[in-house]
Amino acid sequence: MSASKNSAADPTSVFPTSNIDPYSDEFLSNPYPYFEEIRSLGPLVRLEKYDCLVTADYGVVNEALRNHEVFCSSGGVGLTNFHKEKPWRPPSLVLETDPPEHTSSRQILSKVLSLPALKTLRDKFEQEAERFVSEVITSGAFDAVTDLAEVYPLKVFPDAVGLPTQGRENLLPYGSMVFNALGPRNHLFEVAFENAKPVQEWILFHCRKENLSADGLGAQIHRLAEEAGVPEEKACLLVRSVLSAGLDTTVNSIGSALYCFARYPQQWQALTEDVSLARNAFEEVIRFEGTAHSFYRTTTQAVTIAGMAILEGEKILVCLAGANRDPQKWQQPDQFLISRDCRGHAGFGIGIHACVGQMIARMEGESVLKALAKRVKTIKLAGEPVRRFNNSLRGLASLPVEVELI
Amino acid sequence: MVKVMYIEADGREYEVEIAAGDTVMQGAVDHLISGILAECGGSCSCATCHCYVDEAWVTKIPDPSDTEEDMLSAVEERKPTSRLSCQITMTDGLDGLVVRLPESQY
Ligand code: HEM
Ligand code: FES
Repeated sequence: MSASKNSAADPTSVFPTSNIDPYSDEFLSNPYPYFEEIRSLGPLVRLEKYDCLVTADYGVVNEALRNHEVFCSSGGVGLTNFHKEKPWRPPSLVLETDPPEHTSSRQILSKVLSLPALKTLRDKFEQEAERFVSEVITSGAFDAVTDLAEVYPLKVFPDAVGLPTQGRENLLPYGSMVFNALGPRNHLFEVAFENAKPVQEWILFHCRKENLSADGLGAQIHRLAEEAGVPEEKACLLVRSVLSAGLDTTVNSIGSALYCFARYPQQWQALTEDVSLARNAFEEVIRFEGTAHSFYRTTTQAVTIAGMAILEGEKILVCLAGANRDPQKWQQPDQFLISRDCRGHAGFGIGIHACVGQMIARMEGESVLKALAKRVKTIKLAGEPVRRFNNSLRGLASLPVEVELI
Repeated sequence: MVKVMYIEADGREYEVEIAAGDTVMQGAVDHLISGILAECGGSCSCATCHCYVDEAWVTKIPDPSDTEEDMLSAVEERKPTSRLSCQITMTDGLDGLVVRLPESQY
């Protein structure tokens, strides 16, 4: 079959097939060769094992995510089709809905999490980053994941949301459940859900207005929701979205940032010479090491994209991290370059569902990189990094490093 | 296709063609015009796509939404012609639009 012979007027509904398993350990430890293989097969490929489509092509990813009417999110952004099967928890009012419901929930979160709204938090985020960094670098060797990438967000993020100090150990396990649940019911899912009940109870308890501090982001969400006439139960679900998506994502991204710099010493040197590159450097980390590497969409009607005819009700795995390395879009896609113009990358998503928490994520990433670049001359691997396996999040469980101070 | 002219703070001018239906922000990003950062990719939550719409065009563009208004209240150097370029969708009626970009987006 030759896809190239098909003009737009004559779309094909015969997709190239592949036996790639995006939930295998091999794929999850290094998906990039697989993204390349998928792209080489075509812009859209059928995954035999899960009977869904997959794309790692920037053009298709971009077009599909912008066309949210056809490529919808209410069918769930994981493998499970909510239109056919019951989800494991009440669906998210933002991530897993379509307009008009999506629009009203999104507006509330967007107001609370926008860059201008976060200005008052910036000093705090920077000070804490400096404190954590100066503590951790004194010994010259540390685990960049457990000693920095986990503890820093676990301090500043719940503080900002307005959670009590007690019980924060539930946050990462909850995030792990949420992101693993986007995949199949495999061993990763089982392990994540082993101790699910108390974790879920703690999270749901802390989504309630009376259990959040009066001035945090959580309370602000409740306040705006009330003003907009949104019932309290729904406001709790909006807080739940922030608790679900707000921590594991930044932890893994900060860990990946350190991993990038340990492998690309020249890039670290460039950052120490010009600390103002920190914000763009973090952006390049998100492009290069896609933390949230893929989400699904479900078609609401038959549609033609890239000359391929997709039927209604089809699940499509949209590989953001694949799009972020597509040579059609990026020059030297497999190089980590902190001065690159990475605007338009898909690492925070594209279109109406693009990450609503990305400003807080950047603030964390930038603060940590800045604090480190002011103090640390070199970062070297001091042992084998250990990958953290999750069905839809990419990151490390451990990253031993040695640093030389300035 | 419709034309948009971007004028950077240092005076450099870029005239580019973009598809009707695309936003002014998208046009800048696609053509690597550096004065627009557009960190949030157009979801009206970063205000780093701030621009000044040329006087002659101001009334041809629909008024900002409440959300855009909120964001605009926080930009540096706000002027009466300030808009977020991700909220301006190009139409045939806007063919030839001129926008000026601020010195800094933060
Ligand atoms: C570096 C860290 C982060 C990355 C890489 C990331 C990535 C993403 C991506 C790719 C999406 C789009 C999902 C889709 O299109 O289906 C998304 C959505 C979302 N993110 Fe993030 N995220 C990060 C941090 C955060 C933080 C800190 C928060 C909360 C404060 C957050 C809250 C959300 C929410 C609520 C959505 C759903 C938005 C919607 O559907 O309209 N994220 N994120
Ligand atoms: S691109 Fe972020 S507000 Fe316009």
